[in-house]
Amino acid sequence: MITTTNLSKKYNTNPVLNIAHLEIPKGQSFGLVGNNGAGKTTYFSLLLDLIQPTTGCIKNNDIQVNLSEDWKPFTSSFIDESFLIGYLTAEEYFYFVGELRGQNKADVDALVATFEDFFHGEILGQKKYLRDLSKGNQKKAGIVAALIGNPEVIILDEPFANLDPTTQIKLKQIVKDLAKEQGVTVLISSHDLMHVTDVCERIVVLEKGEIVKDIVTSQATLKELENHFAGTQKI
Amino acid sequence: MSFNITNDLKPTIMIQRFLDLEWKQFTRSASFGKSVALKIVMIFFALYFIGMFLIMGVAMYPLLKKISPESDPFILFNGFIFFWILGDLVLRFFFQKLPVMSVKPLLVLPIKRKKIVNFVLNKSALSFFNFLPLFAIVPFGLTLIFNGYSVSTIVVWMFTMLLITLINNYLNFIIESLAAKTELSFLPVILFAGSLYTLNHFELINIADLLSSGIQSVAANPLLLVVLFFILIGLYWYNFTILRNKLFLDSSLQTKTQEVQASNLEWTKKFGDIAPFMQLDLKLLWRNKRPKSAVWMLAFGLLYGLFFYPNPIYQDKEFLFAFVGIFVTGIFLINFGQFIPAWDSGYYKMLMSQNIKYQQYLKSKYTLMTLSVILLFVLSIPYVYFGWKILLAHFAAAVYNIGVNTYVILLGGSFNRKKIDLNQRAAFNFQGTGAVQWLIGLPLLLLPIGIFAVFNFAFSFEIGILVLTLLGVTGIILHQKIMQFITKKYLASKHKMIAAFDQDN
Repeated sequence: MITTTNLSKKYNTNPVLNIAHLEIPKGQSFGLVGNNGAGKTTYFSLLLDLIQPTTGCIKNNDIQVNLSEDWKPFTSSFIDESFLIGYLTAEEYFYFVGELRGQNKADVDALVATFEDFFHGEILGQKKYLRDLSKGNQKKAGIVAALIGNPEVIILDEPFANLDPTTQIKLKQIVKDLAKEQGVTVLISSHDLMHVTDVCERIVVLEKGEIVKDIVTSQATLKELENHFAGTQKI
Repeated sequence: MSFNITNDLKPTIMIQRFLDLEWKQFTRSASFGKSVALKIVMIFFALYFIGMFLIMGVAMYPLLKKISPESDPFILFNGFIFFWILGDLVLRFFFQKLPVMSVKPLLVLPIKRKKIVNFVLNKSALSFFNFLPLFAIVPFGLTLIFNGYSVSTIVVWMFTMLLITLINNYLNFIIESLAAKTELSFLPVILFAGSLYTLNHFELINIADLLSSGIQSVAANPLLLVVLFFILIGLYWYNFTILRNKLFLDSSLQTKTQEVQASNLEWTKKFGDIAPFMQLDLKLLWRNKRPKSAVWMLAFGLLYGLFFYPNPIYQDKEFLFAFVGIFVTGIFLINFGQFIPAWDSGYYKMLMSQNIKYQQYLKSKYTLMTLSVILLFVLSIPYVYFGWKILLAHFAAAVYNIGVNTYVILLGGSFNRKKIDLNQRAAFNFQGTGAVQWLIGLPLLLLPIGIFAVFNFAFSFEIGILVLTLLGVTGIILHQKIMQFITKKYLASKHKMIAAFDQDN
């Protein structure tokens, strides 16, 4: 589904990302872990054509993302709060995203209704603008908006941060269902090793922009990752 | 722990640090290249004004002598100071910004609040606006001394003028902070200056004379300078308290929850696939303080014609009709358009990763501006009372606005690299009242007026109107082609915009 070849990003002469080859098949739940500055958000930004690659390219369903915009209809994402429109209510925001993705109000209502317990009664019908919601609630709204319109690829940057434990558990279930039952390719980045190993079938570890580990998740994965990050960093 | 180190620093070192921060903020900002170009333009403007003031200062004495040979130029000049102060205040309001650093990060550091506030306020005393008057005052004073006035009187007088300038400086910030609290941000200063002027004009209180004799007596009796000093200190102190009260983290963290104003915008569906964007734009306009003031400006713009048309002097100045027409029908276009696409800067990344067509996004803005021009033209029809030529000129101007100026301002937007914070509260909201926006406005207004004036002068009024209208119609006919061109420009600068809107300064 997503093929990365010879991708690199440099700021001035400073390399921040360098991926020779990475192939993410359709329907995989894919986790990206790494310390701060490892290049996780950079990779996602490149995937969404928010920044330009220095060399190489990413192909999303055979569409090169920096040349054509045809990947947009089947790709959705939530990177940070700047993906929210602060002066809309959550409902209005969902409808807006829905309209961009060819969904009418009824479609959106039906989808959003399935997330009622995820919202915990704090998002819908609040008569509040998104900018007035708490950080955690903003994140919930953003994540659900990324699920509107049956996307085939969903990109979530640090989805577990800022969420309360109950919501984290619910979110994990949602992500698992998406990949397993609906064949959606889900890309997640996280600092939380436990959450990613729970959710993702495959985990890639980035270190200073390079892939240093590419693991199919198993019982031993969490231990392996913990050892990797606890151990002395060898470059 | 080195907790107290910064507090023990000498004030001079502290100020050096602050200045260092300011310099970095300037050189490291995303719009640095553009800022430099702009700075150069600004320097030219500054030099121009310095020149004008110098000429004024040097020529003032002979000029006043010539106008009324029997009266004392010194006293005559003092009679004008009232108007000088009013003009200065209005100018400052629109062009001078309070030099606020991005202080929020400094608040949690061990720097005394007092120091930050004092630095900001003291720095403002070094503003160009405070030096400019000296270029007129000093030469004028010197010519007075040269012409036999008492040296001590004139020196005291010059000093008085300096104090008045500084008083204006701090008075302006108080007015600005009051203005930031209301939606009609420009109203308080117009009201303040206007009411003083009216009081004076109808001689309810002859402020000009009072002020003039006040200044004379200060010049004669230097001890009275103390009064001015007290006023200055009082204003400084007031500014200090305002600023210090604003300088709390919670005043920026604390958010007032706004009640949602829901409205049915179904009628936008008539515009087809751009409807979601139009709904978004309308909500943007209505729910945020900054864009809302652009809507309020409509009223101001509509009444603008009343400054000129009732006055018989302007009856035969036809080029003026075109100017007023462009302004009256285009006030929203200019106010809203100059910040495209910065209005959406807060969520620009999201728009760019969403399934949207740039052309639809831009077309929504275009449609909104066009609608506003048509609406304003219709509302301005009553001006026909002052002559049919005015109606005709307004019509031509409206067509020109739709067919040319909308594109010009959209195209200008593709060079926009400055973020707008829609959520910004009243506290430091002087953003966007700088000189930059006035510079953008010039080609929009001057070009059509120039074109009209040339044809009006060379041929006739009707030909001038015809040319403006034809230009507008051409633009409307070529709509698709021009929009495609503009869309390409936006696409080409997409990544630069995303990067710039991501920055805070």
